[in-house]
Amino acid sequence: MSLLNATQVEGGYGGMNILKGVDMAIDKEDIGVIVGPNGAGKSTMLKAIFGLVEVNGGDILLRDKSIKNSAPNKLVELGMGFIPQEKNIFPSMTVEENLEMGAYIKPHTTKTMLERIYSFFPPLLEKRKQPAGELSGGQRQMVAMGRALMTEPTLLLLDEPTAGLSPLYMQEIFDRIVEINKAGVGILMVEQNAKQALEIATKGFVLASGQNLYTDTGQNLLNDPEVAKSFLGG
Amino acid sequence: MNELVFFINNVVISGAVSGSIYAIGAIGVTLVFSIMRFAHFAHADMMTFGALMVFMFTALFPGAGAALGIPTPLLMLPIAMVITAFLAIGIDKTFYKPLREHGVKPIVIVIASLGVTLMLQGLIRLFAGTSSRSMYIEERKEIFRIDMPFDLATRPIVITEPQITLIIFTILAVIGLHLFLNRTRMGKAMRAMSDNPDLARVSGINTNKVVVVTWILAGSLAAMAGTFLSMDVSLTPDMSFFLLLPIFAAAIVGGVGHPYGAIAGGFLVGYAETLSVFNWSILLRRVHHWFPEWMEIPRDLALVGSEYKIVVPFFILVAVLVWRPTGIFKGKVI
Repeated sequence: MSLLNATQVEGGYGGMNILKGVDMAIDKEDIGVIVGPNGAGKSTMLKAIFGLVEVNGGDILLRDKSIKNSAPNKLVELGMGFIPQEKNIFPSMTVEENLEMGAYIKPHTTKTMLERIYSFFPPLLEKRKQPAGELSGGQRQMVAMGRALMTEPTLLLLDEPTAGLSPLYMQEIFDRIVEINKAGVGILMVEQNAKQALEIATKGFVLASGQNLYTDTGQNLLNDPEVAKSFLGG
Repeated sequence: MNELVFFINNVVISGAVSGSIYAIGAIGVTLVFSIMRFAHFAHADMMTFGALMVFMFTALFPGAGAALGIPTPLLMLPIAMVITAFLAIGIDKTFYKPLREHGVKPIVIVIASLGVTLMLQGLIRLFAGTSSRSMYIEERKEIFRIDMPFDLATRPIVITEPQITLIIFTILAVIGLHLFLNRTRMGKAMRAMSDNPDLARVSGINTNKVVVVTWILAGSLAAMAGTFLSMDVSLTPDMSFFLLLPIFAAAIVGGVGHPYGAIAGGFLVGYAETLSVFNWSILLRRVHHWFPEWMEIPRDLALVGSEYKIVVPFFILVAVLVWRPTGIFKGKVI
């Protein structure tokens, strides 16, 4: 049984299908990375899984139960976490309040989870009383990830977690994603920095025009000359 | 010293009274804006409605307060707050929620709220007529005269019981709101939704519940402001027209979507109004000898006549927005 199994997903905004039958399966030990050119429907697929984009065809199963078009708050209760690409923090709230909001549906675990998040992202501990909007880009991303981890999800969806970060922070974020995965959290993410992301990927999905083009392990995709030429910049 | 007493009575106290009423009203407007991102024009009518409820219950049980030693309208205020909160939720469910779910632009909901204003005003007039009434039906408004401990001051400071209660309630409401927004889970969820509604949804926050709580706060605070205004002066069924502008000015000047800004804005507008209609000649007469002899001090020296009081919030609004487009406290620019 796969953790997440999406089959022939069709969907988009306002009746227009951006996704034209996408398959995607993720287990709890997987780091899945979605790459592809602009407009391929990468973020749309992630949002479709999380109930933020209407799914008109196909099915999405979480532990063999359909979650097609479920409300995001229901999916959080089922153990999913989602980190949007931009605006992924509450800027006027403190770091600690941001994290507390992550645990909104599980208020009784807030205290222990806060400690775990602070030990996982030590820079956040000293900034915990600061408004999150005042932090640097990399620290904001830590807040965003910490917020999503507060519910102890089993599947984490990340939309371009390294967008706009310096190479140093990018590597830091990728390292953290691998650590989170090792702790037993399935990962599915969209990445522009395709090469670096595929390095850590156990599964890679190359999308183009709303369809699967290649699906393989990250290493195989990196070594595939066709993929390298068309999607990884040679 | 009598001049000082005159100043305290006519500026310090009356500014605090109108400032408090505007502040409580503006908090509601700003909360609704911060959660639902639209300017709720029917807010002042919810204030009138709340006051009308208090009047109705006071008329039904005029002696109820005397038994407990408090003014009857004050005893009826909690009931009116609950009813007005339900009215607010009901209005949202019938008129604004369907529009929101259609994903219309905020301006459409603003226009809908204008429609609700006209409807509520019609209903209020239908049941209450157009004449103004005193909220004190069988009781007398308690007036406190505090003598100043100076020989030169022969006149007392005058403050009425509803004015004292209003100021105490405003302080309590502000402290309560502060604790609610910063200490409770629901209050933080409200701030989160005002900060980033999409992320609030993604975090598992039940946004429909936040909306309901917002209306409960806005409705009950509106009933409170309306009741105190009516207790201070009288209940006029069409008072919402005169309230709407200062309240919106207070909310915008303070920084829309910012509750503390609404409080600051409320007092700014309240004091500016009272200062602009204050008759300065009484104070100036005292220092007449400083002026050249040919200069006469007119008997009435106010910045604007009290019938033009309503221009003051307009003026502050324009001035502040030119100087600081997002308000005193940085509000949301949407």
